[in-house]
Amino acid sequence: MSTVALSPPIEKRIERPGRFILLLRYLRRNKGLALGVVILLGLVAFTVIGLMTVDLKQAYPLSVAAKKPPSWKYPFGTDFFGRNLLAAMVVGMWQTAFIGVFAGGLGTLIGVVLGFISAYFGKWIDATIRTVCQILTPIPVLLIQVVIAGSLDKRDVTIVTMALIVVLLAWMGPTLVIRAQVLTMKERQFVAVAKLSGVSDLGIIFKEILPCLLPFIAAAFVAQVFSAVFAAFYLAVLGLGPLREPLLGNIIWAAQSQGAFFNGWWWWPIIPSVAMILILGSLALINMGLDELANPRVRRSE
Amino acid sequence: MSLKLVIRRLLFLVLVIWAASTIVFFIPRLSNRNALRERFGELARTGGFSPADLEKIIASMNQQFGLDRPLYEQYWTYLGNILHLDFGYSLYRYPTTVAELIAQSLPWTLGLLLVTTILSFIIGNLLGAVAAWPRAPHWLRAFATPFILLTGVPPVIMGILLLFFIGFRLKWLPLGGAYSVGVVPTWTWTFFFDLMQHQILPALALIFGSVGGWVLSMRGMGVTIQGEDYVNFAEHKGLTGGRIFRDYYLRNAMLPQVTGLALALGTMVTSAIIVEGLFGLPGIGTMLNLAIRANDFPTIYGIVLFITIAVAVLMTIVEFIYPLLDPRVRSS
Amino acid sequence: MNEMLATAPARPSAGLGPRHAASDGPILRVSNLEVTYYTDSGRAKALDDVSFTLNSGEKLGMVGESGSGKSTLALAMMRMIKAPGRIEGGSVVVGGGDLMTLGAEDMRKARLSRIAYIPQGAMNSLNPVMRIGAQMIDAVKSHLPREGRAAIEARCKRALQSVDLDAGVFRMYAHELSGGMKQRVCIAIGILLDPHVIIADEPTSALDVVTQRQVMETIDNVQKAINAAVILIGHDMGLMAQFVDKVAVMYAGRLVEVSTVREMFTDPKHPYSRALISSLPSLGNKGVFQGIPGLAPSLLRLPSGCAFHPRCESAMPHCSTIRPQQQVLPGGRRVTCHLYDGEA
Repeated sequence: MSTVALSPPIEKRIERPGRFILLLRYLRRNKGLALGVVILLGLVAFTVIGLMTVDLKQAYPLSVAAKKPPSWKYPFGTDFFGRNLLAAMVVGMWQTAFIGVFAGGLGTLIGVVLGFISAYFGKWIDATIRTVCQILTPIPVLLIQVVIAGSLDKRDVTIVTMALIVVLLAWMGPTLVIRAQVLTMKERQFVAVAKLSGVSDLGIIFKEILPCLLPFIAAAFVAQVFSAVFAAFYLAVLGLGPLREPLLGNIIWAAQSQGAFFNGWWWWPIIPSVAMILILGSLALINMGLDELANPRVRRSE
Repeated sequence: MSLKLVIRRLLFLVLVIWAASTIVFFIPRLSNRNALRERFGELARTGGFSPADLEKIIASMNQQFGLDRPLYEQYWTYLGNILHLDFGYSLYRYPTTVAELIAQSLPWTLGLLLVTTILSFIIGNLLGAVAAWPRAPHWLRAFATPFILLTGVPPVIMGILLLFFIGFRLKWLPLGGAYSVGVVPTWTWTFFFDLMQHQILPALALIFGSVGGWVLSMRGMGVTIQGEDYVNFAEHKGLTGGRIFRDYYLRNAMLPQVTGLALALGTMVTSAIIVEGLFGLPGIGTMLNLAIRANDFPTIYGIVLFITIAVAVLMTIVEFIYPLLDPRVRSS
Repeated sequence: MNEMLATAPARPSAGLGPRHAASDGPILRVSNLEVTYYTDSGRAKALDDVSFTLNSGEKLGMVGESGSGKSTLALAMMRMIKAPGRIEGGSVVVGGGDLMTLGAEDMRKARLSRIAYIPQGAMNSLNPVMRIGAQMIDAVKSHLPREGRAAIEARCKRALQSVDLDAGVFRMYAHELSGGMKQRVCIAIGILLDPHVIIADEPTSALDVVTQRQVMETIDNVQKAINAAVILIGHDMGLMAQFVDKVAVMYAGRLVEVSTVREMFTDPKHPYSRALISSLPSLGNKGVFQGIPGLAPSLLRLPSGCAFHPRCESAMPHCSTIRPQQQVLPGGRRVTCHLYDGEA
């Protein structure tokens, strides 16, 4: 028994602050997201300006004097093999960005497609995809990547193959996320209405469900870029990367192999490490910020 | 937990091990590299025997390892061997078996991994829980922030930073190795002390590198739990803050974290392996590093398989422990 | 079981039994209580100048639309308003002492022992990983640290018995109980320390109709046994009318009327109460379901003057400019409306 029955609203609409003000207010609370975006933009600027102004040949061995500590001429110093670390950072950053976006994007794409197929068509298709994901998930991905990268001929290991190796075992996460989202979406009324009014399966997927999933796909993409960069970095640190390239992990591997700290060449491993911290840190901050945006329950309680 | 569920979990474990073994068996065979030829070709070049001898040796080796038999037969033998944890011989250190190599280096890795996993799990969850607890003092809640900022930093980079600041700049701790050069391993306190000194930085790298993740997930969990009705009712009951925190908030927020621990095991092991390589500790990680450098494929595959199996088994164990913590799962 | 409840002699109390006489003046005196929520979009006054009194053994039903401030009132009386909300002023005097002036530790001790809160227990108010017994014991222990284990356990089992639960519930977990049983456990916890005042916040929502009655009867019985003052929060006026002595009506954070049940149903004073009563379906006006025109106002932008004036049938010109004050009419009824200006 309810005490109140409602008749049509007669109240004036409440005026709300403008969208831009709200966005700024939100960013002030979600400082992580703001900081992440700022760092990432800084890295992009560094790479773009670097690609235009720095002599990129110096990113490869025997191009400059070896083992020079940071100075005005070489702001990041040079390494044992005669690489200018500034040029190496510019190229390495660009390659890292390529691997991240390429592998992250491809992984997300595979995940979205499989997730949709799995959730939308259900039955044995769903069961198969889900089981495969569940079996592959507990296997430490990096180790399988080690097997794959190790089995390749060294000449076949390039930036692109690195990215492909990373993708090979990185689609399970987004698949499961998108599958779960589509499943809840399917239960919503508007999908049922569309179905009843005779919209085709593909029509429903593209017109009704996909737009609602964009925030989740965006979040999955950022997470995928993060793990792709992470995985490629680990492979390179183990010496399984394209050894000629100045990929950040490769530089650390080389520095470690030559005992950089024992020999006092501290800048050699430190420079790529700081670069990696900035890359992964900004991605992690953005990822957390998006999480907070998409899932208000995680929002800080202060 | 019902018997049916136990059987299903065990079946799943077998499936995971089978899938990993199969991947590790077939991937190398899809590639064009021939481990034996590379290894003995190298030996031939450095002197020793003629190309004709090389072919003979490879043929006899192929026979010895059963590589001349049909693929499905090799696959069956291989799966059978896996069951006995027989991963074959190391190419580089022939005739030592891969299992022996693993057995030698396992204690090192296990010790490091056990200590760092437990410490980072406890520290991270406590910090995260406090960070999400509105009644905790501000200075205490702020402790979590630097660790959250570290979330994105891989343990190996943490290790490089620690090496730089504490090992290289301050010279407080050694730059690597298991123990100081020239020290003979003995059962004495001096040696033990020396050993521990070399373990501190790798351990710190692993702890700092993984604490942030726990802080973050626990904080998220905590925000959810502290809004639950039972936490509110506990306060209405007039319980002390400490009791509400421990029995109502922490205990419930920890449950998903235990599942998280099972899922994080793989990452922890991977990180430990890479950090070991960085510091040159004589564990499985360094073994893997050497094997990669030496193209010692049976050792690479053996180590990968062994770790995969170990992680899968540990995950299953954690899943079996979980019902002891959550009465809802126990009765269903 | 209903019959058993009705014929049973006075329920055994969990603790010391009736300890305060009914005629000793009001056991609860709430005066000028004010709560504001500071949100991003502005301030919301969730409780505005709320005053009422309650005697031992009396039962008050608190009704109003959702968002009218009923639950805020309950939380404010327990001093459990969380940020961004804040208690701005007023006093809650229970048995002689003002809760608002207590230190944090004394307030903690006052909860459950002087003023108890019974939540909507059917859903999620019990800790899923602790046995019911442990959740009762820790409640007693945190107030009576020197009581022995056996005495505490006996007290808890008496409380369970008085809400008609089997002693076996003591060793069970929340997920093993039905919704009605969980609600009874919450009531049992609420009476563990014989509080002066019990606040039950929508104790019957999410329960089926039969269980609703049983739970209400349980509250009725334990209330009689310990002679506590009870505030029942809910929106089901019909169910409430059968169990309470007085009804309080809230609108937009203000208490607009407090009357006895009989007065409220036969002669509601405030126009909003009138609208509420006439919107109740009854056997007489079958099929005609009368609502109250308009929507409950947003607390962020309250109408000026009397917040109800845009929906009020009897609105006068000055209703939109002058805020009415609560007045106590002859006979003790309280009403906040310009219609009764000068009658107090």
